[in-house]
Amino acid sequence: MTTFAEARVWVVGANQPVRSIRAAIDLASNGDTIRVRPGTYREGNLIVEKQLHFFGEGWPVLDGENKYEIFTVHAPGGSISGFQFRDTGIASIEDLAAIKMLESTRWRISGNRFDNCFFGIYLANSSHIWIEDNVLTSNAEAEHQIGNGIHLWKCHHATIQNNRVAGHRDGIYFEFVTQSLILNNHSERNMRYGLHFMFSHDDEYHGNTFLNNGAGVAVMYTKGVKMTGNTFIHNWGSSAYGLLLKDIRDSEISNNRFAENSVGIFMEGSSRNQFSQNEFQANGYAIRLQASCDDNAFEENNFRQNTFDVVTNGSLVLNRIARNYWDRYDGYDLDRDRVGDVPYRPVSLYGTLVERMPVAVLLWRSFLVFLLDRTERAVPVMTPENLKDEKPAMRPYDLR
Amino acid sequence: MISVDQLNKSFGKLRVLNEVSIAWQAGKSYALIGPNGSGKTTLIKAILGLVIPDTGVIRVDDVPVDARGRYRTKIGYMPQIGRYPDNMTIGQLVEMMKSIRPDVAETDEDLLDAFKLYKLFDKRMRTLSGGTRQKVSAALAFLFHPPILILDEPTAGLDPVASEVLKEKIVNEKRKGRLIVITSHILSDLDELTTDLVYLHEGQVQYQNTVEELKRETREARLTKAIATLIRQRELIHSVTPTP
Amino acid sequence: MTRVLKYVFYDLLRTRFILVYTLFLWFLTFALFQFDSDAGKVVLSLMNVALLVVPLVSVVFTTIHYFNSYEFIELMLAQPIHRRAVFLSEYLGVASSLVMAFLLGVGMPVALFGAGTAGLALVFSGTMLTLVFVSLAFLSSVLTQDKAKAIGVALLFWFYFSLIYDGILLWVVYTFSDYPLEKITLGLVALNPVDLARIILLLQLDISALMGYTGAFYQKFFGSAAGMLFSSLTLLLWVLLPLWAATRIFQKKDL
Repeated sequence: MTTFAEARVWVVGANQPVRSIRAAIDLASNGDTIRVRPGTYREGNLIVEKQLHFFGEGWPVLDGENKYEIFTVHAPGGSISGFQFRDTGIASIEDLAAIKMLESTRWRISGNRFDNCFFGIYLANSSHIWIEDNVLTSNAEAEHQIGNGIHLWKCHHATIQNNRVAGHRDGIYFEFVTQSLILNNHSERNMRYGLHFMFSHDDEYHGNTFLNNGAGVAVMYTKGVKMTGNTFIHNWGSSAYGLLLKDIRDSEISNNRFAENSVGIFMEGSSRNQFSQNEFQANGYAIRLQASCDDNAFEENNFRQNTFDVVTNGSLVLNRIARNYWDRYDGYDLDRDRVGDVPYRPVSLYGTLVERMPVAVLLWRSFLVFLLDRTERAVPVMTPENLKDEKPAMRPYDLR
Repeated sequence: MISVDQLNKSFGKLRVLNEVSIAWQAGKSYALIGPNGSGKTTLIKAILGLVIPDTGVIRVDDVPVDARGRYRTKIGYMPQIGRYPDNMTIGQLVEMMKSIRPDVAETDEDLLDAFKLYKLFDKRMRTLSGGTRQKVSAALAFLFHPPILILDEPTAGLDPVASEVLKEKIVNEKRKGRLIVITSHILSDLDELTTDLVYLHEGQVQYQNTVEELKRETREARLTKAIATLIRQRELIHSVTPTP
Repeated sequence: MTRVLKYVFYDLLRTRFILVYTLFLWFLTFALFQFDSDAGKVVLSLMNVALLVVPLVSVVFTTIHYFNSYEFIELMLAQPIHRRAVFLSEYLGVASSLVMAFLLGVGMPVALFGAGTAGLALVFSGTMLTLVFVSLAFLSSVLTQDKAKAIGVALLFWFYFSLIYDGILLWVVYTFSDYPLEKITLGLVALNPVDLARIILLLQLDISALMGYTGAFYQKFFGSAAGMLFSSLTLLLWVLLPLWAATRIFQKKDL
């Protein structure tokens, strides 16, 4: 039995007794620390099956030489910090990563840099992992040349905090990841999604920024998600979404900011979700609600400068929309209770037309469209009669 | 000077000029008369090139009338109603007219003087009375010593003094050998000004002759009476023989 | 021709209406810039002015001017000067005074506040639409004999291009929505100068509207150099064709 009191420190460096990390791993016992001095280490694939603490001093570089996976970890507990990972191999069959953890628990991966790695941090069947303060950057040009930044598969109790991911396929990717916390990360310019998860129940996302990703953020087949205080900004393109929700249930999405996205929120097959206190600003569509969604509530959100506030492809809508602020609302408030006296219909006729015939975007901002929308608002014919905000707020909410 | 040969013009179904032929010579002064709608204005407009005839030829000094309008250097035209751009001054108008005919070095400014228009050179057209605008029109018609003068109701709207000045000017020009064509409802004016008479009715030249001959035929001493008799005779003829 | 043009232009410059129009545009533009610091939004508000007010003012002012100048035009035609020269002087006089009003009223403040390419597109569109609708108004003036009818026809032009045409376009799109219409609609848009100007402006401003596959297609086309050349040349044709037709008719017209 080894105790922490007896833990030893191994120093690795060109002028040290131990020249290579591989040698240090062989020498070390559970609980030991391996300190790596500055320098570039080309040691191929390092397999870790002990509880070890890797600590880089002055950014030692671990070079995968475009061939190797760097760390493959299979151990209960440890940490990796202060390293600069570079140029892992690229393989279409094997998911080569800078750090791969298989069936591991209680690891902390913090303060590392990852440059041009195929996958950055790859976790499978692991739990109680902290991934913090890492910076992952890649300059791939096409989606098939690059893996995900932070990739988790069948994990639980992971905390992913203060990381920056840019230029990967998906910034953060979860599949079957539950009871995890994703805080204050910044995911930018990834090829596909800034955040992508499936079957990942009961996770909480807070304070993250998803900026300018190829297709925004997509989350699917999940229940019990909590997304608060995130920013979804400038996810622009013909098939980009601030947030795409597919089969999401019993989740809360509040205090987020959706700005300058082609579509703020696109949702289908989702139900019993609560959307409140969100800011939707300058999106093409603030919300695209497919008819397969029901029992969702949109309350106390701000809708400003969106081309279309809400569009839907159905006529019968079983969702609740109430007490939102709509900058297009031109009703009145005679009793001065700060709630408009006439309902607001966020679905415009033109929005409905464009939904059916995309070519009609050509008429955007024409006099005809102005008149049509005005007429439709007074006498609804084509837009869903029951999709309306009965209590529109007269003033925007002061959010965040 | 002006020859019109078998001129026809219809506005839609309405035949305005019907086989009109005319030969007007220099040194003579023609009164063009006829009831409203008889085709006087259309004939004048055709000569000026404002109306394009259906058939027939108009020659001014043996030059056929066309769109380019070089022949119009020979014509001074005074319209019945003188309306000018509101904010143009008399001075600018005169300046512009001169710029159109830069080859005329010596302009005839008698009427500008006589009507004292120089004093009003800075006045905008909008501020002028109808009479003053008429004076401007008259002055412009004579400005370039044109060998042909076409005056549409020249004295209408002028005060008696101005009217006399203008008549005197017309008589002077006649003496210089100009060809003058006048339409007027004020028949008494025509007596002093014209040598010949053309009577139009329903687009046809019903009568053309010298004033003297007309007076002799009708046994009237004054042109006014002579014309009145002529018109009565014509109407009588029309009532028994419908015009073909 | 310049001899007459000069005086027609002088006259129009001192017209009260041109002065009021210039001041209206100027105050409106300034007020919008004061009210909102986002140049993009100001240009967006001014877009409706350029697409609706400018054409309307252009047709009405032109038609009224033409018929108020009728006797003057007659007098000019009695002078030794080519008919075409008189007509084109009138056209250029009206067009340049309205364009000048627009440039002073909108162009100057936009340049002053620095609205960038969007501002440039606005000034370009407004100028082109002024020229187009002055042409159309001259056409309607020579096609008719009296002022009331001419204003009627001119307003019809305005109404047609501002509203009715788009209605027809929407109907076509609706009826044939099962077919790929992207390329055909490009052609259809070229048949309406207001639509063309609107799309030129939208590309600079309100990109969010042009989204989805279809939006991307239009953006790619109109955003390319070829697309810009196409739209500018088409607008120019919209100026020249009615003017050419009007000149031809005027040459053979009885006044």
